Amino acid sequence: MPQTLSQKILAQKAGLDEVLPGQIVTVTPDRLLTHDNTAAISQNFKQLGVESVWDPGRLVIVLDHVVPAADEKTATNHKVIREFVRRQGVVHFYDVGVGICHQVVPEKGHVVPGSLILGSDSHTTTYGALGAFSTGIGRSEAAVIWATGQIWLTVPQTMVIQVTGSFPRGVSAKDLILHIIGDLGADGALYRAVEFRGPAIGQMSISGRMVLCNMSVEMGAKAGIVEADEKTEAWLKGRPAQSYELVTSDPEAPVEQIHSYCVDNLCPQVACPHTVDNVKPVEEVVDTEIHQALIGTCTNGRLEDLQMAAEVLRGRKVAHGLRLLVLAASAQVYRKALAAGILGELTAAGAVILNPGCGPCLGAHQGVLAPGEVCLSTANRNFRGRMGCNEAFVYLASPATVAASAVAGRITDPREML
Amino acid sequence: MERIRGKAWKYGDDVNTDVIFPGKYTYTISDPQEMAQHALEDLDPGFVHKVAPGDVIVAGKNFGCGSSREQAATCLKYAGVGAIIATSFSRIFYRNAINQGLPALAVPEAAEMIQAGQTVTIDLAEGQIMAGESSFSFPPPSAFVMGIMEDGGLIPHVKRELATHKLVRPVDGGLKRGEDETR
Repeated sequence: MPQTLSQKILAQKAGLDEVLPGQIVTVTPDRLLTHDNTAAISQNFKQLGVESVWDPGRLVIVLDHVVPAADEKTATNHKVIREFVRRQGVVHFYDVGVGICHQVVPEKGHVVPGSLILGSDSHTTTYGALGAFSTGIGRSEAAVIWATGQIWLTVPQTMVIQVTGSFPRGVSAKDLILHIIGDLGADGALYRAVEFRGPAIGQMSISGRMVLCNMSVEMGAKAGIVEADEKTEAWLKGRPAQSYELVTSDPEAPVEQIHSYCVDNLCPQVACPHTVDNVKPVEEVVDTEIHQALIGTCTNGRLEDLQMAAEVLRGRKVAHGLRLLVLAASAQVYRKALAAGILGELTAAGAVILNPGCGPCLGAHQGVLAPGEVCLSTANRNFRGRMGCNEAFVYLASPATVAASAVAGRITDPREML
Repeated sequence: MERIRGKAWKYGDDVNTDVIFPGKYTYTISDPQEMAQHALEDLDPGFVHKVAPGDVIVAGKNFGCGSSREQAATCLKYAGVGAIIATSFSRIFYRNAINQGLPALAVPEAAEMIQAGQTVTIDLAEGQIMAGESSFSFPPPSAFVMGIMEDGGLIPHVKRELATHKLVRPVDGGLKRGEDETR
């Protein structure tokens, strides 16, 4: 029976020849990611009455959500996690400063095509960019996997998003995924595996594919996934990754839906408060005054994002009275950006460089907003209260749009500055 | 399980986990009773002061979208919510609700028809929702899901299964299940 990429991965992990959408399978993940919520999960784990985790080599723990600790409570949370790591002999532990989990997990070679990665974070879908099946789970489920090594998953229907054309200058993967989410809605891909296909995806960098897969969850997807190709192989080269076999969708495998997009005439997109699917072309929101701009996060904190921001900001200054915050997604990205002179250019323009981490995105610390303030961000969520204040407004856009808007002090079409 | 009975609290589409349980509390609050004090804080600040045990949340499509934070389900459960009826649920929230022992029922007709403040009675085993003169049926949860809910959530459920050897830990990273495990 012809099968899609997602079906093949789940079948293999369940020890079956084939699986059908809707089928419930019991699987063991290749990697299980947890982050600052590891302390809470360890409490659940303790309640299960099991002494040791099922496989300390398959756990990946990254401290990234509130780093460095913002207060005594978050510091204690980190301390509990470090003690858990030591007690359980967890092999892959990345302490404060290594980076955001969704950059660190692939960067450190934990993701290969065909692998199954689960994580106690909704943006675990990011790893589909490397041809893996990856999805988010809850804390209780993570604790149960630690104890038993297994979890049940429903095999999802596959929705294909076929993308053709070439991106115009100043328009990127972020604009594409915002446009798609605006088009299909916040539940447009609910429970489905979204497989991105087509020549425009083939031309896209792994970073760009990560943006698409990262944000697939914002339209309800269980997973976002891209077949591995020579770009994937090149990206994996030199990383301490496990060996893998290339898994691809059978061309004749039935899929539930196909949506086609062409990026030739795509313009910069902006998601307006307070939902990610409230998307408008930039020209409809230009001149919206902003008080803070944020470039970074697990969506857009990679080298090419910072490079694009520097290109826009080169020789320009951030508008008077506006804060531009920049976070590299990992220490590795930070060092590369430093070596390339990008961080220097950004600070020269007036940006505040924060340490790699989730920072202001979830409103816990580092750039919380005040009532009435507006932030334009490269993050993936703009829900009410997201950045720590329920009377603030968050807009989402690409690194180019955020950088251009930081110069103007209001939402601006980046194509005017490129 | 006993019947669930309470007043309906009605909300719209795409109620996300940030407005159910704000991100700023995710790494500082660990006590479920304290989580309950912030339930729906950024959607309906009056909710926690007026909700009564057994009350039912009735909402539109994609309830619980956004973050995977399980506190979104935990805070509602400990605030006294007996069940959530929605047109549809976001997948991680749906799993989290079941894993917290909080019934999440995707019954579009009931989600549309039930009015705020109406008394709602739910019989899970029978797959029946009663509200005023109307009744709505739904497929009762599977034996597996009922088992989790009757045990009060996934953690106590798996603890019991491990203790009674229904679930056997894998050896050398491989998968082994008990003979009597039928799911």
